[in-house]
Amino acid sequence: MNKKKVRMQNGITYGIVVGCWILVQIMDKTGHMTSLLKGILVPLCMYSILAISLNLTVGILGELSLGHAGFMCVGAFSGAFFTKCMENILPNLQARFFLAILIGAAMAGVCGILIGIPVLRLKGDYLAIVTLAFGEIIKNLINVMYIGLDQNGFHFSIKDTLSLGMDETGVVIIKGAQGITGTPKAATFLIAVALLLLTLFIVLNLIHSRTGRAIMSIRDNRIAAESIGINITKYKLMAFAISAALAGVAGVLYAHNLSTLAATPKNFGYNMSIMILVFVVLGGLGNIRGSMIAAVVLTLLPELLRGLNDYRMLIYAIVLIVMMLFNSSPKAIGLRSVVMERFKKKKAAAKEAA
Amino acid sequence: MDGQNITGKKTIEINQDGIARTFQNIRLFKELSVLDNVKAGLHNHYRYSTLEGIFRLPGYYKVEKQMDERAMELLKVFDLDREWDYKASNLPYGKQRKLEIARALATKPKLLLLDEPAAGMNPNETAELMETIRFVRDNFDMTILLIEHDMKLVSGICERLTVLNFGQVLTQGETAEVLNDKRVITAYLGE
Amino acid sequence: MSFLSYLINGISLGSIYAIIALGYTMVYGIARMLNFAHGDIIMVGGFAIFTIVSTMGLPPLLGILVAVAVCTVLGVTIERVAYRPLRGASSLAVLITAIGVSYLLQNVALLIFGSNARQFTSVVTLPNLKLADGALIISSVTIVTIVSCILIMIGLTSFINKTKVGQAMLAVSEDNGAATLMGIDVNRTIAITFAIGSALAAVAGALLCSTYPSLTPYTGSMPGIKAFVAAVFGGIGSIPGALIGGVLLGVIENLSKAYISSQLSDAIVFSVLILVLLIRPTGILGRKINEKV
Repeated sequence: MNKKKVRMQNGITYGIVVGCWILVQIMDKTGHMTSLLKGILVPLCMYSILAISLNLTVGILGELSLGHAGFMCVGAFSGAFFTKCMENILPNLQARFFLAILIGAAMAGVCGILIGIPVLRLKGDYLAIVTLAFGEIIKNLINVMYIGLDQNGFHFSIKDTLSLGMDETGVVIIKGAQGITGTPKAATFLIAVALLLLTLFIVLNLIHSRTGRAIMSIRDNRIAAESIGINITKYKLMAFAISAALAGVAGVLYAHNLSTLAATPKNFGYNMSIMILVFVVLGGLGNIRGSMIAAVVLTLLPELLRGLNDYRMLIYAIVLIVMMLFNSSPKAIGLRSVVMERFKKKKAAAKEAA
Repeated sequence: MDGQNITGKKTIEINQDGIARTFQNIRLFKELSVLDNVKAGLHNHYRYSTLEGIFRLPGYYKVEKQMDERAMELLKVFDLDREWDYKASNLPYGKQRKLEIARALATKPKLLLLDEPAAGMNPNETAELMETIRFVRDNFDMTILLIEHDMKLVSGICERLTVLNFGQVLTQGETAEVLNDKRVITAYLGE
Repeated sequence: MSFLSYLINGISLGSIYAIIALGYTMVYGIARMLNFAHGDIIMVGGFAIFTIVSTMGLPPLLGILVAVAVCTVLGVTIERVAYRPLRGASSLAVLITAIGVSYLLQNVALLIFGSNARQFTSVVTLPNLKLADGALIISSVTIVTIVSCILIMIGLTSFINKTKVGQAMLAVSEDNGAATLMGIDVNRTIAITFAIGSALAAVAGALLCSTYPSLTPYTGSMPGIKAFVAAVFGGIGSIPGALIGGVLLGVIENLSKAYISSQLSDAIVFSVLILVLLIRPTGILGRKINEKV
C-alpha cells in the first residue's frame, strides 16, 4: 500500500535528523568538533525549520511568499520579550524558554492569519511582492518600538527611551533599533533538534491528512477544488498560519541563541526570506526532506569555504546559478533524460550479454 | 435546485447544495494520486479535524480507512482501481475524464453536470464514455445534465433535450422529438 | 516653502524609481519574469561612472556613455547566459536564478571595489536654481533627473508605438506563442528589452548616485526593490504605470520622511502598496486577468 511507502519515507526523514544528532554527539565525545561547527549547530536546525515551514506555503499550498523572515522576526521578539519580562516571576530558564516558544509560535501564527486574510486573495507575483512588503513593515515597526517596564506596568513609545515616561524602577526591554539586549542563551542543540523533529512531525502528518489533501488540491487546481466543495479561504489561511507559526518557533530559537536581538536587514529583511526560499526551491518544491537537506548544505557551504574568504559568496552565487540551470532548464532536463536512457540501455545490454 | 434559486451563489455552496460538475478542459489535481483525487472529493462527507490528522488520533485512522474503502469502490466503478497509485497526470486522456467523473460523484451530488465530456475524444473513447455515463445513470440515484454537441453521444443517452441557439432556448422535449424538429435541424445544418 | 521643496525632491526621487521601474515592467511584460538582478545593474552603472570620472578623471558625459554601454552589454549577457536557457521553466526557477545573478554582481563588485562606501562626484555640474529670493533652492540634479525622466518616457513610448521592434515587443508581451507564429524572433525581442532596460538602469544609476553620493556594492538593491514596488503599484507591464507608480512612491517616501518619521518611511511606502493592491489587485493601471473555466 501507498501508506507504507509514505511511512517509510517519513521514517527515513526522521532517521536522518536523529542520525545527525548522534553523529554530532560522537564527534563531540571524540573531540572532533571545532568551535566553528559547534556554533553553527543551532542555526542549522533553525534554518531547517524555516525551510520546512516555508515549503508548506510555497510547495504544498503553491503560493510564493517573500516575507517569511517577518514571521520569524515576530516570533523572535515576542519570545525574547516574554523571557525578559518573566525573569523574576519564573526563574527557571528552561520552563521560560518552553513557554516562550509557544508564545512566539502563537504570535507569529496570529500575524500569519491577520496578514493572510487580505493577502491570500492576490495571486502569483502580486502575492509575492505584498508578502515582501509585510516582512519589511514588520521589521521597520519593530525598529522604532520602545517598550519599558516599571512598577506601574508596561510603557510603550515609538520615539525614544525618554518618552516612555517611566519612574526610577523602570527597565527598558525593547530599545528601538538596538532591540532586546541580554536575552538568556537557552537554546541548546538538543532542544533545537527536538524542535526540528516536532516541525517535521507536524508538517509531514499534515500533508498526509484530509487537511493536507485539501491544501494540495487547491494548489493543483483552485477551480476544481472549489467545485468539489473545498473551502479555499479556510485551507489557504490554515496552511499560511501554520507555516508562519513554525517560522515563529525558529525565531524564538534564534533569539535565545544570541545575547542581543536586533532587527537588521541581514537577519529579518527580505534577503533572509529570499535565502530561505532558495533552500526550498533547491530542495525541491513540496519535498520536505529536500528543504531540510538544502538548508543544511547551503548553510554549511559558505562556512566550509571560509578559508577562501572573499571568494566564498562569489562561489555560492555561481553554484546557485549553475544548479538552477542544471535542475530547471528544459535543455538540461532533456539532456539528462538522454543520458539516463543510454545508461539504461547499457545496463540492459550488459544484462543480455550476461 | 430543489426549488431553490442557485444563481449568484458561491461555487462551494452550490456543491454543498448537491451539484457536482466536470470540466470541458480536464481539471484534475495533477500532482495527487488517483486515489487522493477521489478522496479529495469525499472531503465534506468524511470528516476529522486537522489536529486529529497531525497527531494521528484514532479518528484519523478510522475515517481514513472509510475514505479509502469508499474511494476504491468508486474507482472500481470506473475501472480505475488498478491505477489507484498513479499520479493523476500520468493517466491516459480517456481515464482522466473518467477520474474527473468519479471525483464529482464522490461529493454525493443530486445533479451531475458534465461539460462537454467527449471533447477531444476519438469515436472509441466516446463509445466507452457513453457506457460509463449510462452506468452512472442506472446505478447512482441522480440526474445528469449533459452539455454536448456530439450528436451520437447526445442521441445515445439523453432522455430529454434542451437546444440552445445563441443563448436562447430553441426547443425542449423528448430526445427523438427534438432531434427531428425542423428548427433544430436548421440551426445546426442550415437551410 | 519647505513643503514645496520636499514635494519636488520627492518627484525627483520618484523619477529615478520610475526609470528603474521601466526596466522591471518591460522585462516582466515581455518575459514574465521578475528580474531581481535589475537593481544591481544600477550599482554596476554607478561604479562604471565612478571609475571613469573619479579614478581616471575623464568628463562625466563620457562616464555616462561608458556606463550605458557596460550595462547594456551586461544585461544582454545575463539574459543570454542565465535566463534564456530557462525559458519555459517555472517562474520560480527563473526568480531564484535572478537572485543568484544578483548575489554574483554584488560579490564581484565587492571583490573589485571593497565594501567601503565610495564618494561619488555628481555627474551634473550646473548651478542650483534659486527661486523666491533663495527661499526655495532646487538643486540642478533634481531638475536634470525630472527632465531626463520625462524625456525617457516620451522616447520610450514613441519607440514602442512607432518602430517595428517596439511593435514586436508589444506582440510578444501580448502572446508569446502567437508572436512566434507571426514570424517575430522572440529571443531577439527579449534581448532588446533587456538591453533597453539595462541602459535605463545605467542612467538611473548616474542620477541616483548624483542625488545620494555614496556608492557601495549594495547601493542598488533597496532602490531596486522600491522600483519594483513602484512597477507593481502602477500595474506591472504598463509603461505609464511605471511613471505614475514611481513618482507616487517617491513623493510618499519623501513626505513621510519629512513629516512622520524617517525610520518609518519604508513601512509607510509598503503599507500604501498593500492598500493599493487590495483595492486594485493588479495595480493602478494594470489589466484585470480573468481565469476562464
